[in-house]
Amino acid sequence: MEAVPVLSIFAENKPGKLEKITEVLASEGINILGFSIISVKDFGVIKFLVDKPEKAYQKFKEKGFTVAKILCLGVELEDRPGGLYEIVKLISSKGINIESALVYVAETRKKAYFVFEVENLEEAWQKLKNEKVNFLKASDFINE
Amino acid sequence: MEKRYFNPKIELISKEELRALQFKKLKRLLNKVYKKVPHYRKKFEEAGVKPSDLKTLEDIRHFPFTTKEDLFVDYPFGLLSEPLEKVVRLHTSSGTTGKPKALFFSKKDVMAQAELIARSLVMSGATSKDILQNSMTYGLFTGALVMHYGAELLGMLVIPAGPGNTERQIELMRTFGTTCIHMTPSYALYVASVIQEKGLKPGVDLKLKRAYLGAEPYTEETRRKIEEMLKIEVFNCYGLSEMGGPGVGFECPAKKGLHIWEDAFLVEIVNPENGEPVKPGEIGELVLTSLNREAMPLIRYRTRDLTHFILEPCSCGRTHVRIARILGRADDMFIVRGVNIFPQQIEAVLMGIKGVAQNYQIILEGYDEMIVKVEIDRDFFDGRIERLLKLKEEITEKLRQAIQVRPKVELVEPGTLPVSEGKAKRVIDKRTL
Repeated sequence: MEAVPVLSIFAENKPGKLEKITEVLASEGINILGFSIISVKDFGVIKFLVDKPEKAYQKFKEKGFTVAKILCLGVELEDRPGGLYEIVKLISSKGINIESALVYVAETRKKAYFVFEVENLEEAWQKLKNEKVNFLKASDFINE
Repeated sequence: MEKRYFNPKIELISKEELRALQFKKLKRLLNKVYKKVPHYRKKFEEAGVKPSDLKTLEDIRHFPFTTKEDLFVDYPFGLLSEPLEKVVRLHTSSGTTGKPKALFFSKKDVMAQAELIARSLVMSGATSKDILQNSMTYGLFTGALVMHYGAELLGMLVIPAGPGNTERQIELMRTFGTTCIHMTPSYALYVASVIQEKGLKPGVDLKLKRAYLGAEPYTEETRRKIEEMLKIEVFNCYGLSEMGGPGVGFECPAKKGLHIWEDAFLVEIVNPENGEPVKPGEIGELVLTSLNREAMPLIRYRTRDLTHFILEPCSCGRTHVRIARILGRADDMFIVRGVNIFPQQIEAVLMGIKGVAQNYQIILEGYDEMIVKVEIDRDFFDGRIERLLKLKEEITEKLRQAIQVRPKVELVEPGTLPVSEGKAKRVIDKRTL
């Protein structure tokens, strides 16, 4: 399965929270490749695709953050009008519900990936694996 | 299991003999305070009773209660029933405002309370081979010193650690092989979480067997949590400075309620509103008379602590009455939208929910809004927001069922709510009505 690790951090909705989180990555020389923020009033979840996910996970733990690793699927997007639409249409046509998503721009104006979280990873993979799309591999971006 | 007793003659005394003993002691006590303490004499006269009116133990109900306010009449020595030269120890108990309650003990009082502790420690399974780390506050507060004397009487090695400085606490435990700890439950939770964070293995890195936790009310769930985290047995102990500190109520290995040593205390439970005895087994305010106290006995003292009797005979063989763990302070109660709520009700619900860490805070604000801040369990978080939303909904619904008020639940990160190393401050009332 071509699943990729995404870090997910629980954060209370307070000023300076995102700053503290990104500071950890900056000070450890970890590159953020893509991120998303979901907020529900008093708390939120911040997700990161990074080049050193294992190191980032350990550092967040050490510093007392509430962090988890989730596996996501990444599918390449074409950089043209309708690029995202076609990928999302493909995913929904398989009855797969996207729980959260982020975009990873691998090469500016050339190559980007739609990285998304589903409830049942295995099932989603089985439904998509034979489609004519390029999946993001962990080895494409992980550098540790 | 082998049954051991520190003072089997008293601990296994028959109910009839116990009642006769109590009657004899009570009679003598009433005579003494009537004669020697002007304030008691005045109160008895106002209530129209004399010590000779006590014909049976039940007649105690005709005698007036002693309340916190009485302790401030002719302060600080007004309630002494012995000359000051017989007094060897002062303890105080801080009120929220003003002067502290001043409690005095004679040499005999100090040793008598130590015996109650020694009995209780043996009851829990401890022997003179055990090592007790005493992490209550030494000083004016009774908690540490009274336990200290009792443990020494039994012959335990006592480490007078005092509270706080968690790093040092754990270091002491490791260096000296502490087997028993005495602290508040909220601090025990904190210490246990630090031990876990350090990756120390109970049973391997630590030799802990038992914890005596008291000085603030806690729930059965909290007990289980601490027992699991530290792989120990937790014994609930109850006391109040007015009654000599810890050693008033103590659990036996059956852990179904706390025995109160009835040769030392006359125990009543009354309706907090009108002072009438409640029906057997009903919840009410604990009222205690210190039968052995020499320097400053208290007659029918209103503890403000809520509990109920446990009526069945205890499997440990001791005949002394049991009360349920303290369900709340009559003063802790707060009212939201007309409903009486105790923090312990909230705690009981939270501790029963998977995904919730050990700390919580209740904030009352605005027009009777109740916010419950709950720390999530680090291991519960799997990265998905849906799971958090479900948890929040579950907490809200279970709290609504338990207290009949729908609170606003806020999930917060573990370790962000204040942990008090002492009596936990759980309720913050910001309402301006």
